[in-house]
Amino acid sequence: MSAAALARPPAPGCTEAPVLRERGQREVFCGLTGIIWLHRKIQDAFFLVVGSRTCAHLMQSAAGVVIFAEPRFATAIMEERDLAGMTDANEELDRVVAQLLARRPDIRLLFLVGSCPSEVIKLDLSRAAQRLNATHAPGVRVLNYSGSGIETTFTQGEDACLAALVPEMRADPAPGLLVVGALAEVVEDQMRRQFEALGIGPVAFLPPRRAADLPGVGPGTRFLLAQPFLAETARLLEDRGARRLAAPFPLGAEGTTAWLRAAAEAWGIPAARFREVTAAGEQRARTAIARHHALLAGRRISFFPDSQLEIPLARFLSRELDMQPVEIGTPYLHRPHLAEELALLPADAMLSEGGDVDRQLDRCRAARPDLVVCGLGLANPLEAEGFTTKWSIELVFTPIQGYDQAGDLAALFARPLDRRTRLMV
Amino acid sequence: MQLAVWTYEGPPHIGAMRVATAMQGLHYVLHAPQGDTYADLLFTMIERRGARPPVTYTTFQARDLGGDTAELFKTAAREAFERFRPQAMIVGASCTAELIQDDPGGLARALGLPIPVVALELPSYQKKENWGAAETFYRLVRSLSAPPAPRAEGRAPSCNILGPTALGFRHRDDLREITDLLTRLGIAINVTAPLGATPADLARLGEADFNVVLYPEIAGPAAAWLARAHAQPATKTIPIGLGATREFIAEVAALAGLDAAPILAAETVRSAWYSRSVDSNYLTGKRVFVFGDATHALAAARMATEELGFTLVGLGSYAREQARELREAAKAHGIEATISDDYLAVEAAIQAAQPELILGTQMERHTAKRLGIPCAVISAPVHVQDYPARYSPQMGFEGANVLFDTWVHPLMMGLEEHLLGMFREDFEFHGEAAPSHLGAAAATATAAPTPPATLTWAAEAERELGKIPFFVRGKARRNTERYATERGIGTITIEALYDAKAHFSR
Ligand code: SF4
Repeated sequence: MSAAALARPPAPGCTEAPVLRERGQREVFCGLTGIIWLHRKIQDAFFLVVGSRTCAHLMQSAAGVVIFAEPRFATAIMEERDLAGMTDANEELDRVVAQLLARRPDIRLLFLVGSCPSEVIKLDLSRAAQRLNATHAPGVRVLNYSGSGIETTFTQGEDACLAALVPEMRADPAPGLLVVGALAEVVEDQMRRQFEALGIGPVAFLPPRRAADLPGVGPGTRFLLAQPFLAETARLLEDRGARRLAAPFPLGAEGTTAWLRAAAEAWGIPAARFREVTAAGEQRARTAIARHHALLAGRRISFFPDSQLEIPLARFLSRELDMQPVEIGTPYLHRPHLAEELALLPADAMLSEGGDVDRQLDRCRAARPDLVVCGLGLANPLEAEGFTTKWSIELVFTPIQGYDQAGDLAALFARPLDRRTRLMV
Repeated sequence: MQLAVWTYEGPPHIGAMRVATAMQGLHYVLHAPQGDTYADLLFTMIERRGARPPVTYTTFQARDLGGDTAELFKTAAREAFERFRPQAMIVGASCTAELIQDDPGGLARALGLPIPVVALELPSYQKKENWGAAETFYRLVRSLSAPPAPRAEGRAPSCNILGPTALGFRHRDDLREITDLLTRLGIAINVTAPLGATPADLARLGEADFNVVLYPEIAGPAAAWLARAHAQPATKTIPIGLGATREFIAEVAALAGLDAAPILAAETVRSAWYSRSVDSNYLTGKRVFVFGDATHALAAARMATEELGFTLVGLGSYAREQARELREAAKAHGIEATISDDYLAVEAAIQAAQPELILGTQMERHTAKRLGIPCAVISAPVHVQDYPARYSPQMGFEGANVLFDTWVHPLMMGLEEHLLGMFREDFEFHGEAAPSHLGAAAATATAAPTPPATLTWAAEAERELGKIPFFVRGKARRNTERYATERGIGTITIEALYDAKAHFSR
């Protein structure tokens, strides 16, 4: 059965399909939000946002979904006198960092994270990081990146963070596979086992669980993107000689197989061996997905721009669950990294990039899809208008990649529809 | 720069959003980068509103900075007007836009929109959420309220109710309770604002005889201006707790020229009887730590001591503006007020005070969980569970009932506490047991702190200490250690433990 399913021809594809580009209010988080999962992922890192009370409030409100008693992030809130002059701001930053390091001696890697205010006043955080490195070496390494809303949208914060790590990676010319993009540990462990079974290795992950385990990179490195929003990180890895293995993203049975196959081909693993190793996992995934097919098949779905996962998700839902994407909004469309995904999308799906939230709401109301994937600011208002929604932030906080999460991923979309049919109120 | 993990208040434009979202027919155009749109989720997720806040964000990006962010603002304002057709508009900047100095007020005026446009100056690097709400409401009232029409003779006394906003802690329910109370007194409600009011309603504010100020943090400046401009007196008493509610009734009755006696006499309040009933004896002298915004903290301190018989061991607020009142109230209880917006400093104050109950904000709820101390939330900032589906006011007579229940519920019930004391070694009934009606999750045993270097605990004394229920064990340990240190005792024996107990129990 899996072979039959696999043999399904690629859809006509919309690699060249036109994209609606609009300019208006963008209803998306800024890149600071990535800290909420990154600070859990890299366990000895701390993220210090250099920003305003707004930035601190954003972090707390977005993290409110998953409150942590003792988070490894904080905000250095700029005040009136920090705006008066650069010397003052830099001195203040040094003082706050010293205070933080005294309170948290466990910190090994400190990210100074730039925000809109720090960028508008041109507070140079790379200079600040250099200065602080001189003061706090060798115990603490200080890096910087921008998570500001004027530069980054939501998941681009992770891209910026990982990009800041690339220059820190030691040169390592030896062949090896690098999986790039923050993944849940359970997913990482599954992938590690699959690569091992295939005879692909050594395998390393970026970001690592501990800063000290940062992998090497060099001309022997082949990398697979586990997330679709890592344009800058990929570029920097390529500058270091690494080569990207083009593939769809590991969402769903088909996506995971294609993703693994890209590595298998690079390692010259015979096709038969590849089938042998992956068949059971793929079958498990298909069985788990099938449970949700009846509820989702034929349903029309729209995506508001959010995490850049929209296109791979639409591909998964249309190909493996027979859903019909109506509008696929994405904050950015990075065509080179999404080429394999775009080729698998139904030709009639409408793509939109950037966006104007009010106009997209108009289109949504006109099209009346069965399920709307959107951010937290829009979900309840759309529910109140009678739409069924899935909040997209859950898709970045939940393990969804790989064979053994494919059923969970389908379930995330099925649950709101299931709920609708149960409720009599 | 200030190092912050969690904050008690958002930036001032969040306060402006709370006012705009509370009102009808008002739209807010905010010059801000895209990430600032997170604020919508406060209203749609935390408060579970079924509509988006009436806010348009310009969402300028880095590439716009070199170009024309001012033009972007004008386009956003014009399109917002065309799409939403509001009666009035407020315009302003968030922290980032404040730095680029585009002057939203001037830009909006240049558009020549056919509606009133109120420009807000909310200094993001100095002020916070409550101040922003108060300033916004004041500016709106000042710009929109018309001169009062001559009063008709023989009309029933009337008032405005000022202060309730969107995202307020129980504002919606307080409003219903107080509206009902005023109506029963025979006072007409002229306008309620900001919650539910339109800009046209604000124009009618001057027609009332006086103002009822429910939340001075928000309505204080507007009420002060109305007092000057329209000679409208305003209430001072916040009707939280039974005593305060009675005083509030007397105050409004005096302002309205009515007799409050019938209503005061007719009221039978369950909370008062519950508090006097013998079952509540065990509440006597419970050590309570109170923290919140000034209004709720002061009210809770009064109700906790006068109406539940608790002992106040801590009182504080994150609102520096009202620090003086809090310090005075704390002094009356022989304690020092904790005025801080650093939740870690508040946590330290709580640990030092060793309360048996914390009445605080969402932040103190986390602290309480960590320390294993019962807690009830009395003030913003709050989370989604603090917007209950049921009617649950804090103000008025029903509010007093709600508070009685809410504060007593987290505590161990009277007899249960005694039984725990008597049968400490029962395997199901051990000292770590949580209140039985709260399930297993409530108890988190905290690790024993290390005693001062000069002190050791004899093994048998340590075992005896272990038999004391967890919620008083920390206090017993510290008291005993203090007793021993003061007397130069090096090893704490069972005798020293009980000597200390005798010494500290009054
Ligand atoms: S958009 Fe800019 S100002 Fe707003 S929270 Fe993000 S970084 Fe801070």
